[in-house]
Amino acid sequence: MRGAPERPTGEGVNIRFDKLGVVIAAIAAYAGFLAPFATFRANRIVPGQARSILEALPATTAALLLAIIVAAALIALFRTPLVLRLAASVVTLVALALLIGVAGTFLTPAGNTFARVSPASGFWILIFAFTLLLADVLTRLNLSPLARVGVLVVAALAISLLLMSGSWDNLSILKEYFNRADSFWAEGSKHVTLALGSLAAAVIVGLPLGIFCHRVERLRAGVLNVLNIIQTIPSIALFGLLIAPLGWVATHVPGAAALGIRGIGTAPAFVALFLYSLLPVVANTVVGLAGVPRAANDAARGMGMTDRQRLFGVEFPLAFPVILTGIRIVLVQNIGLATIAALIGGGGFGVFVFQGVGQTAMDLVLLGAVPTVALAFAAAIILDAVIEMTATKRRVETA
Amino acid sequence: MIEIEGITKRYDATTVVDDVSMVIEPRTVCVIVGTSGSGKTTLLRMINRLVEPTAGIIKLDGADNRSVPGYELRRSIGYAIQGHGLFPHRTVAQNIATVPVLLGWDKDRIKARVDELMTLYQLDPQAYGPRYPHELSGGQQQRVGVARALAAEPNVLLMDEPFGALDPIIRTKAQEDLLAIQKRFGTTIILVTHDMEEAVHMGDKIAVMDAGKLVQYAKPAEILANPASSFVETLVGASERPFRLLSLGRVRDAVEIGSAEGEAIPGDASQRDALAELLWSGRPALPVKGTDGKPLGRITVDGLVKRAARPA
Ligand SMILES: Nc1ncnc2c1ncn2[C@@H]1O[C@H](COP(=O)(O)OP(=O)(O)OP(=O)(O)O)[C@@H](O)[C@H]1O
Ligand SMILES: [Mg+2]
Repeated sequence: MRGAPERPTGEGVNIRFDKLGVVIAAIAAYAGFLAPFATFRANRIVPGQARSILEALPATTAALLLAIIVAAALIALFRTPLVLRLAASVVTLVALALLIGVAGTFLTPAGNTFARVSPASGFWILIFAFTLLLADVLTRLNLSPLARVGVLVVAALAISLLLMSGSWDNLSILKEYFNRADSFWAEGSKHVTLALGSLAAAVIVGLPLGIFCHRVERLRAGVLNVLNIIQTIPSIALFGLLIAPLGWVATHVPGAAALGIRGIGTAPAFVALFLYSLLPVVANTVVGLAGVPRAANDAARGMGMTDRQRLFGVEFPLAFPVILTGIRIVLVQNIGLATIAALIGGGGFGVFVFQGVGQTAMDLVLLGAVPTVALAFAAAIILDAVIEMTATKRRVETA
Repeated sequence: MIEIEGITKRYDATTVVDDVSMVIEPRTVCVIVGTSGSGKTTLLRMINRLVEPTAGIIKLDGADNRSVPGYELRRSIGYAIQGHGLFPHRTVAQNIATVPVLLGWDKDRIKARVDELMTLYQLDPQAYGPRYPHELSGGQQQRVGVARALAAEPNVLLMDEPFGALDPIIRTKAQEDLLAIQKRFGTTIILVTHDMEEAVHMGDKIAVMDAGKLVQYAKPAEILANPASSFVETLVGASERPFRLLSLGRVRDAVEIGSAEGEAIPGDASQRDALAELLWSGRPALPVKGTDGKPLGRITVDGLVKRAARPA
């Protein structure tokens, strides 16, 4: 039997639940009424006290937020028009973003610079639930790649606006930021440089290596196996393994030290990220080239293309979406992994994460983690859009 | 002229093409027929060196085909690949322009040539030129494949089952167009097909392949009249033979003196079509008219039946 047919409600009440909506509504109910909305601490390292929505906000504002959450959860629960669901998720997310700032101001005693207010589990779960709803709506809307990037830009602008407006200034994560604003941007740019630089190096080395593996079948299994093994070495161990050889290079190769090559610091982090990046790039290049239709290759030779012309004119363009998928994997992976570089003095957002762990200051951990996650998320969306745009024209022929 | 001398191709222990020798006269159509896997494609691909032979020589106009680099050789030989093999990431117009671009023609000349070929194959250049291959039907893709092979006006054209995916009406049209092009430019065509009808209709000579060997190479009438082996006889189709023989001749050549009632049949129709018309209308004779519409005489059932008999 097929599912219940869609038909207009004639008589009686015909209530239908939305499958994902049931989950979202349940999560929202728990997070809104049972979980703490914010955490208050007398100073940055003492254990915090949980505050519910009713405790964290002025009474009328709290009631308003709860009303919005209930309404949005109900809209999610039942099968409702997409526009309504879109509005519900956006309104709730905006309300949450604004009101967590209000909670910061409301909970901080006037003039107290030691007290810390941070978002608690309830807030994060609500954000998660309604982001899920928003993502579901956006998927169902079947947005074009460009439109998805547009949504990302709008979201980024909204967040920057909130940051600049100062409405979040009383939240602990921003207090941590204000204490180290200079180093935040310095480590941030180091993080991005590490992630992108090692990606660029991996592409420059990996693409030719992949092409080589594709052409010379005997090398393929060997090269891929070696890269696979590198991939399984834990990052800490890899750093350790790199200290000795890079240290040796620094002392014995003239000019190497001047370039910043040392046993610890940015150099081993860069090399490790580069090594981890090679497998996805090489493997996807090989898979992409192997997936080029035989007939297209055959025709290219039959028309009189040289090997070079065939590589750049036919094989490469056809394998491009697959290669790009490898690059996407690497970029997202590198943005995350670059956090580890801080362990050996390589810098990056990891600096805050590890300092925070050391001082048991969760807010400092978040100051490193949140931008990292946001960067990875944005990179994934942008590259997915690019992949989709390059792939649409290149559908594999059926004949 | 294409001279194939003792050409053999072995993959490991299996011999795929076995000591084939044949001469293809310039400006003629040679059709290769044979069962699936008999080595037709392999033989064809050794001419433009997509496959390097294990033994033997192929000469084009007297020159060994190994005397120029493979890619240069292939630019001078048109090749319509089995199953079209269009580039999925290039538009129809770009696909057709492949060889002219490789040869460095200027833009205007390429565009004019692409438009000309697309019009010839009934694909509106404005509508279909910017499309991608996956946006075409199988038959349209195949026509683009043939147009691509013809693009640089090659002297030699290799075609591997170029009309397989076409419906009978478009196929007949495509065959006529190809023969017209062949006549106009004096192209030498080697065409692989599974369709005996097509072979008899298109071929100046037919080469029959069986398990890598060339079992017969002769004019269509000769193959029909004197099949070299029972294999060739089966391939030709014993029950079809008289009709195939008639399809080789024109009505003009079977005209008898006299007159008949009814609608006249044109002199350049095939004798087979005339017989079909006679049988269908239940008449013993039909009037025949020339291209200018003047009566030429008549054609009779008795006359055609005699012509359909095995030649002495
Ligand atoms: N690269 C290759 N390696 C090994 N065997 C091959 C290769 N190419 C072709 N063959 C074999 O050679 C034989 C002849 O192949 P070929 O493609 O020439 O046949 P064909 O007559 O064109 O068949 P079809 O009518 O099905 O296209 C087949 O048995 C095929 O399996
Ligand atoms: Mg074949």
